[in-house]
Amino acid sequence: MYSFDIQRPTSVADAVAALGTDEAQPLGGGQTLIPTLKQRLAAPSVLVSLSAIAEMKGVCTMDDGRLSIGGGTTHATVAAEASSYPALAALAGNIGDPAVRSRGTIGGSLANNDPSACYPAAALASGATIVTNAREIPADDYFQGMFATALDEGEIITEVRFPVPEKGAYMKFEQPASRFALVGVFVAKFSDGVRVAVTGASEDGVFRWSEAEAALSSNFSADAVPAAPSGDGMISDLHGSGAYRAHLVGVMTKRAVAAAS
Amino acid sequence: MTNVTMTVNGKSVTREVKGNTLLSDFLREDLRLTGTHVGCDTSQCGACVVHVNGEAVKSCTMFAAEADGAEVGTIEGQANADGSLNVIQQAFQDHHGLQCGFCTPGMVMSAAALLKDNPKPSEAEIRDYLEGNICRCTGYHNIVKAIMAASGQDVPAVAAE
Repeated sequence: MYSFDIQRPTSVADAVAALGTDEAQPLGGGQTLIPTLKQRLAAPSVLVSLSAIAEMKGVCTMDDGRLSIGGGTTHATVAAEASSYPALAALAGNIGDPAVRSRGTIGGSLANNDPSACYPAAALASGATIVTNAREIPADDYFQGMFATALDEGEIITEVRFPVPEKGAYMKFEQPASRFALVGVFVAKFSDGVRVAVTGASEDGVFRWSEAEAALSSNFSADAVPAAPSGDGMISDLHGSGAYRAHLVGVMTKRAVAAAS
Repeated sequence: MTNVTMTVNGKSVTREVKGNTLLSDFLREDLRLTGTHVGCDTSQCGACVVHVNGEAVKSCTMFAAEADGAEVGTIEGQANADGSLNVIQQAFQDHHGLQCGFCTPGMVMSAAALLKDNPKPSEAEIRDYLEGNICRCTGYHNIVKAIMAASGQDVPAVAAE
């Protein structure tokens, strides 16, 4: 690793101030950023650790029924405490491995927007709101391609608000070495329609599969899932071709609908 | 450089560390607690698992500065007060849960974290919990047996037999 200083502010305001330094970078749970630093793919002057900010941690239900999760909440805590949204708790409990779940955070995952990460699928399928120190961003506007988000420099995710669907499920076809999703599909059935979000497949990162949403909104059953999308624009690597991933999108959507029904 | 103070295996320690000092390096190089092993250094293998405030973490993927104020537990703190092996360690010995031993500190620390939350795990729960701990010798069966035994359960006949 290159050398850098590390700071541990205890409030969002102090973290934002610290991030005003040139080449400062926020550090969530570090489960992606630390390996990145080891490979010298990032060279911050200051790492601003968000792990000591108590106001960014925890899970609670809001007055309007949405589930609010602090940006610094670990996957292990979401798995244990998001019981009012079982599909989300199950997703969190299946990220990485137990030791990774002790450190990794929801805010870190969404800020990084890895094209194979699990949380982006949950946020997009749920129509979540990403709350930062500066504003509220609807999930539909937040994800802007592989590793790209609507976040500005120095902006941090303080909270994520999830509408809780009537039915929902996440199915991950796991890439066994990395434990990321080779393809993961989150299906959420709300009273006004179904949302389907796919991670791991597209070169543009997480996306909504609109054909499946339309079909499932009129008939919420695995038989109604349309033919798999085309493999064009799908990630193709040694773990699977674009066509294989496209096929898995259909399979995992059916499994998710079956699990949610 | 930053001053960090943490409790390691019940003893308070204070050292000056660089920002990029990993917890694993801090334990091994600064405190000379070399029982915590670094296998892959990419958070895959789990040989470096320690407890931070009671939770299993991969110490190669956490900075020492982030453990400031924390209670850290390593394999060196696992033995009983009289120096004898604790129940998990003894079960690993009794059931041949190790061969080369490189992964064993991480395995024992993960097993301890599992049994704290789930005192009577099923075989499937043990295998699931050990997903992030890689062993290249044993094929895992004897590790699973050891953890079953350490939790006071009958040791099952497993697939390899």
